[in-house]
Amino acid sequence: MKPKHQRLVLVLLALGAILGASALAMSALRDQAAFFYAPGDVKGKPLPLDRHVRLGGMVEKGSIRRAADGVSIRFAVTDGQAVVPVAFRGVTPDLFKEGSGVVAEGRFQPDGSFVADNILAKHDERYMPPQAAGNMHETKTLAQ
Amino acid sequence: MIAEAGLAALWLATGFALVQVLLAWGAAKGADQAGGPMVMAALRRVAIVQGLLALAAFLLLVTLFVQSDMSVLLVVENSHSMKPLIYKIAGAWGNHEGSMLLWVTVLAISGAGVALFEKRLPRGTLAATLGAQAAIAIGFYAFLAFASNPFVRVSPPPLDGQGLNPLLQDPGLAFHPPTLYLGYVGLSVAFSFAVGALLMRDVGPAFARAMRPWVLAAWIFLTIGITAGSYWAYYELGWGGWWFWDPVENASLMPWLAATALLHSVSVLATRDGLRAWTVMLAVVAFSMSMIGTFLVRSGILISVHAFAVDPTRGGFILALLGLYIGGALALFGARIGTVKQGATFELVSREGALVLNNLLLSVILGVVFIGTLYPLVAQAAGVQLSIGAPFFEKAAVPVGLALVAATAAGPLLKWRRDQWNALFGKLLVPVGVAGIAFALVFALGGAQWLPALVLGLAAGLAVASVLPLIRRNLRRTPLHLYGMAVAHLGIAVSIAGMAADGAFKVERLAAIAVGQNVSVGPYRVELLGVRPAVGPNWSALEAHLKATRIGSAPFDLFPQQRFFANPPTNTNEAAIATELDGQLYTVIGQGDGEGRWQIRAWWKPFVTLIWAGGAMIALGGLLSLIGRVRRERRDAEEAA
Repeated sequence: MKPKHQRLVLVLLALGAILGASALAMSALRDQAAFFYAPGDVKGKPLPLDRHVRLGGMVEKGSIRRAADGVSIRFAVTDGQAVVPVAFRGVTPDLFKEGSGVVAEGRFQPDGSFVADNILAKHDERYMPPQAAGNMHETKTLAQ
Repeated sequence: MIAEAGLAALWLATGFALVQVLLAWGAAKGADQAGGPMVMAALRRVAIVQGLLALAAFLLLVTLFVQSDMSVLLVVENSHSMKPLIYKIAGAWGNHEGSMLLWVTVLAISGAGVALFEKRLPRGTLAATLGAQAAIAIGFYAFLAFASNPFVRVSPPPLDGQGLNPLLQDPGLAFHPPTLYLGYVGLSVAFSFAVGALLMRDVGPAFARAMRPWVLAAWIFLTIGITAGSYWAYYELGWGGWWFWDPVENASLMPWLAATALLHSVSVLATRDGLRAWTVMLAVVAFSMSMIGTFLVRSGILISVHAFAVDPTRGGFILALLGLYIGGALALFGARIGTVKQGATFELVSREGALVLNNLLLSVILGVVFIGTLYPLVAQAAGVQLSIGAPFFEKAAVPVGLALVAATAAGPLLKWRRDQWNALFGKLLVPVGVAGIAFALVFALGGAQWLPALVLGLAAGLAVASVLPLIRRNLRRTPLHLYGMAVAHLGIAVSIAGMAADGAFKVERLAAIAVGQNVSVGPYRVELLGVRPAVGPNWSALEAHLKATRIGSAPFDLFPQQRFFANPPTNTNEAAIATELDGQLYTVIGQGDGEGRWQIRAWWKPFVTLIWAGGAMIALGGLLSLIGRVRRERRDAEEAA
């Protein structure tokens, strides 16, 4: 192979790698990006049933119910506009409590409820999932 | 006084860095003139003094933390007089300002290291390299001085500090950030070498040989840092996972991927004089990834355990530095790449060809991680909120990673310059056979799951293939870097075997049980014997007493805790982990239900320790290789003299 040709082949390979990476990433993005919803976002609209999403808002006061097995709980997430019931099985974060911010990861169910496979809560004074931080602001202004 | 001295040292270091740039410019221009050696000697000394001054500033900050000097704002915000000494010291870099000071200190020390140890490079190229290194340092000194001064006083001083985030109060933290930074910022040397070589039109094997030990060293630290960070997250966060594809983890993975590619391409350039432009590009990309990682973590654009502060001016400042340095280097690359002559050529089926494949696949993985990490930020700017987690990265990166593992097995078996397909197939017969048997065994015994069977099969094949280059050699005369390669590649096999075993065969149990009841998980029965209070130096805790029994071995006790820290008020979960030869039993205590039952979460994680053992082997392989290379360089230099 001539040097010139070799360089050309290498450049083409590199371009191919970039295109391959982008194509791979884009196809995975279409399936796997978890979009963020507040309860008000899905009120009266078709639910995104086919994908993994995040649901964020406040844990509604008086809504936490613990099941008899000791590890399943139900609670409601609200943003002042709508309420979504959430079911979760697992250990909730330490600062998960009524009236404070929460982000639930999981899927909407056809009946409008939400099954979470992970719960993120405000972790300490400094740590908060960004979406919860943003949304809490909105929720606060709505509540006032 | 100490705080003022620290700030003074920082400003002095900035001054020396400015002088260094000017001297470097002079030395590079007049490298061959009469005064050249003298200017060069002065340049070396200035670089060394600059490094020492930065180090002094950093040590003074550590002193302030050790003394719990509450008149310094940073100490007030991140320390507490009741903290154990090790966390007072670690607290110095467990915050934004301190960690940036550590960052720039490593940068300056690396520059001093180049000035001290680099003897063989042409004078002009070395001068340009030291100049580039100082130019980077100036930007980050300015960042410290104007946007993140660690030495700000408070008046009047409060009685005591606010404490350190308890998650960060762990022995792992004491060493994780410094190690990672040595790797991150060590790559700046490769970047500066690339800039220096481009400026002086000196891209060739000599430049690659000079750069290689630095790349290796930075890569070893990155490997250790990532491995240790993964283990820290595993035992400290109490979620049983070892990699979360958190943007901050990705920020350390991206430079590692680029450095791994660079490590392999620099070998082609050093030994075969091929891949000149590509190697220079990778050196620029690798440190760019370090700076992008710094931007992601330190700008406050991400909020996670790692991100300490949210301050838009800081983000803007780092972004501007990023644009300046990356943009500048890419522009230089574009302007000068035409002058880089074509290196030696090679056939497709050759060691070089395999290394090109390695580089391409690593670049694809790097691209995927880059897109997955930055896309949510771009989307957010466009008004869409989304997050990208493990499913994305697993779907997009795992297939490429598996192809890379296969290439890793085949590459070292090929000859340089040209080889034959038939010869390769002959050599691959045994590894492929082993891989096939392993695949069939895991598939049959492991519940017909094809992906873990494929990964474990590939791991077995790679394990065999990685020692093949050592076979039929006189082992005493085999160069050390060949052992290094074998150990590192074997480490990859070990690590991915652990990942696959844990991913496919872990068992998780979650139950609320009362004292006297038990749960079974994997081969264990875990009984709750009691829950009692416990205290530490700056925390109190609820501690569960668990007894784990496995048929055929002695029962043992585990004590997972829920800790409550007062400064700042926070809870953390301390997992109790028992390590066996065939895996780990991982237990966490959750909440009580007020009626005598406690949530107990337990995992049986078969062979999970292989993940970090493999990581350690990869780093060890790098170390062997580094020792071998440095020794050989020294011997060559002696022979030449």
